[in-house]
Amino acid sequence: MTNGNGRTGLALIPRATAKQTLKDFKSDQEVRWCPGCGDYAILAAVQSFLPELGLKRENIVFVSGIGCSSRFPYYLNTYGFHSIHGRAPAIATGLAASRPDLSVWVITGDGDALSIGGNHLIHALRRNVNLNILLFNNRIYGLTKGQYSPTSEVGKITKSTPMGSLDKPFNPISLALGAEAGFVARTIDSDRKHLQSVLREATAHRGTSLVEIYQNCNIFNDGAFDALKDPELRDDITLRLEHGQPIVSASKAVRRAASGGIEVVDRAGLAEEEILVHDARNPDPSVAFALSRLDEPAFDHVPIGVFRAVERPAYDTLMARQLDEAIAERGPGQLSDLLTGGDTWRVG
Amino acid sequence: MTKQVQQLDRVIIRFAGDSGDGMQLTGDRFTAETAEFGNDISTLPNFPAEIRAPAGTLPGVSSFQLHFADHDILTPGDAPNVLVAMNPAALKANLGDLPPGADVIVNTDEFTKRNLQKVGYAASPVEDGSMEAWRVHAVPLTSLTVKSLEGFDISKKDAERAKNMFALGLLSWLYHRPTEATVKFLRAKFAKKPDIANANIAAFQAGWNFGETTESFSVSYEVKPARLTPGLYRNISGNQALAYGLIAASVQSKLPLFLGSYPITPASDILHELSKHKRFGIRTFQAEDEIAGVGAALGAAFGGALGVTTTSGPGVALKAETVGLAVATELPLLVIDVQRAGPSTGMPTKTEQTDLLMAMFGRNGESPLPIVAPATPSDCFDATLEAARLALKYRTPVMLLSDGYLANGSEPWRLPEVLELPDLTVDFTVEPNADDGETYLPFKRDPQTLARPWAVPGTPGLEHRIGGIEKAEGTGNISYDPNNHDHMVRVRQAKIDGIANDIPALEVDDPEGDARVLVLGWGSTYGPIAAAVRRVRKSGGKIAQAHLRHLNPLPVNTGDVLRAYDRVLLPEINLGQLALLLRARFLVDVISYNRVRGLPFKAEELAGVIQDVIDSE
Repeated sequence: MTNGNGRTGLALIPRATAKQTLKDFKSDQEVRWCPGCGDYAILAAVQSFLPELGLKRENIVFVSGIGCSSRFPYYLNTYGFHSIHGRAPAIATGLAASRPDLSVWVITGDGDALSIGGNHLIHALRRNVNLNILLFNNRIYGLTKGQYSPTSEVGKITKSTPMGSLDKPFNPISLALGAEAGFVARTIDSDRKHLQSVLREATAHRGTSLVEIYQNCNIFNDGAFDALKDPELRDDITLRLEHGQPIVSASKAVRRAASGGIEVVDRAGLAEEEILVHDARNPDPSVAFALSRLDEPAFDHVPIGVFRAVERPAYDTLMARQLDEAIAERGPGQLSDLLTGGDTWRVG
Repeated sequence: MTKQVQQLDRVIIRFAGDSGDGMQLTGDRFTAETAEFGNDISTLPNFPAEIRAPAGTLPGVSSFQLHFADHDILTPGDAPNVLVAMNPAALKANLGDLPPGADVIVNTDEFTKRNLQKVGYAASPVEDGSMEAWRVHAVPLTSLTVKSLEGFDISKKDAERAKNMFALGLLSWLYHRPTEATVKFLRAKFAKKPDIANANIAAFQAGWNFGETTESFSVSYEVKPARLTPGLYRNISGNQALAYGLIAASVQSKLPLFLGSYPITPASDILHELSKHKRFGIRTFQAEDEIAGVGAALGAAFGGALGVTTTSGPGVALKAETVGLAVATELPLLVIDVQRAGPSTGMPTKTEQTDLLMAMFGRNGESPLPIVAPATPSDCFDATLEAARLALKYRTPVMLLSDGYLANGSEPWRLPEVLELPDLTVDFTVEPNADDGETYLPFKRDPQTLARPWAVPGTPGLEHRIGGIEKAEGTGNISYDPNNHDHMVRVRQAKIDGIANDIPALEVDDPEGDARVLVLGWGSTYGPIAAAVRRVRKSGGKIAQAHLRHLNPLPVNTGDVLRAYDRVLLPEINLGQLALLLRARFLVDVISYNRVRGLPFKAEELAGVIQDVIDSE
């Protein structure tokens, strides 16, 4: 089932009749992130991507939590709900579950999604409500002025951890895969083309899609992803994940390891058939999980792209189906029948 | 053998046993039989939070009290006339509540040395002469049941488990209850296990026959049907009435109901009930936690649904931030708090009125919202409709304060005519509302109600953003302007305060108009207070009574009512929460009467307190 643009994820959402442009999605509000923030690039990428979907603008809703990234909805001329810290997936779940005709997006950050809202995130993923979750990961708390976050590396020196942070960070991709997510991807703020290609696949997926976007906070954690942007380094450390394609960087390749897992080795001298071919549609998430661990603990090899895109029924579809079945079995509910439905007796 | 039949005007029975003995079911069935017979009824289940506490111990005792009469009654009764005690623990836990002369039916099979020791009885109180103040009927219920089921192809354990139906049969004989519905009920309940169904029915009938033939009972009793207001009735618990109220609110508002909820005692039955009615287009969402429950409900409300969350006190505490978001975004939302004993986990199955101040003030910032409290189990239906009316009309979260006593208690409910239910239709905004004819101003208020417009996603041209950050009046854009904030704080308050003009005035019941003392109540204390007032008046005392349904805002005449009396007595199952509000607001020295035992007030107790205040005049 598609709505004419080939995306099952958008099948129930009404299409725009007129052609849309980037301008249609810009709100009249002045954008107020710090100059140089990676959020600007993501906003521009999303604004210029939305016309491609061809959806009625009024059927798009952006829901956010709290944090720098969560100001995002104010800058888009769609419906928007800037909520409270960590709760955006819960609020969006109620909205999407009751309104399958909406394209619902959640904008969140590493603190919002993985610390205070961690519970809602994992449950949204396992339920598979029709949501696109964009997780801006800058590995720091920005809005509260620079404390370490649940994705900060161990030993991070910040205002709240002058002797270094102690806790092991979450890997958002591993977490999402562990939470039964059907669609999991990673992209980066500075690569608009790649970012938009990931959004294209995320919106095609019906159910919850989680897109981790590496985003630079130039004030409190500048350069966190420089290795992926450095022309000298990036091609060697970036492992592009493309379904059906061998997983390689310029100099490295991924292959099955004798241990039973996977490993990154020099590409030179490696036979083509030894290189692992990416299968995003594999129902077994274990290879996707193994790929998500390749950048641990250092940023030596970083897979970028769609880790997993496996369709299963979306929660809102199943919920609507139960209502339809209940009505099909016994007809629509009648209030008078309900009230008199128990053991009744008449007086007088 | 023809036995003597004695006429009574009312009876209070308490069934008590181990939590595995099926006392709640027994009580429910006796209630159904009694309702069918046409008596007025009020019930009070009382059970431990543990699903199966250790057998035979005091913490494991579960009971069900039922008051039925040939006239209208207001409470489940203070003191039982009859106690059915299925084991020594049940006897010990309940004996203190029995007035002298009451009938006690004990299951002597369970009065073994070991069971007696478990609860600290050195000897059986049935035999040691310590129960001479009561009329004791020693009945070996278990062995009689097992004996009556000889020849049935069931295990001994299953046979023993039917003893509650034997007891029900005996009590049904004793009070001339109709039995057909119970037989039908058992057939349906055990439809998949016909052997068990037949055994239970046989035990039930054996209990009846035992009553007729045994010499242990020389008298049976008749309580004539009550003369209630004509109409069609059913028996209903507070939680069920509340669930039906939500369904009715959905039908009357033509909005799909979305319930976001996390299981919690004593509110879970509302979730259970609503999840059975999907053919009304109801979506029930069992969330990962309390916060997600209210969050999803608020998200659904943003999308144009009737958003509801149901919980108890600990859940309200967790939901506070999201309720504050609903205050700030001015979206309709129903927050149902079935109060229970606190603080913290407290006593989950016991009742209390201790969340009033949390409902009033339990959020950061100036965060006013309307509060409505039902007075009786069946009133939960009407109070829910009223809460929905306020939420939808004023675009605000509304707190509905039920409690464990209302939730699980039941009474006959005269069914309303669907056509007479209030129309809750909502007009969504579908066109620009600014003077320029092009712009949508999400915070441009209705001059009368001060409610903001409600435009839902999917409406073209009205795309807008809302959130928890302070908004500019009109546009809803983020605003840190000091004067705007002051204005918004005041206008949100004024919106809620203005509801006072849209609710009924506080009515006073003062038949002769010469009472100088007023007894005031709110919520579930209505029954015990009204019953106490009757007693006082019967003995010649002059007392006026008023009951608050709207706790915020209060009816416009509240201050006048309070000041019209020399003394105002306010019984509450808390340490004086409404009293605090009334004293602060009206400078009236309200006399608080407080008991926080996890149990409803007793009418006799309140009658004494009222009389004392009258006498001190």
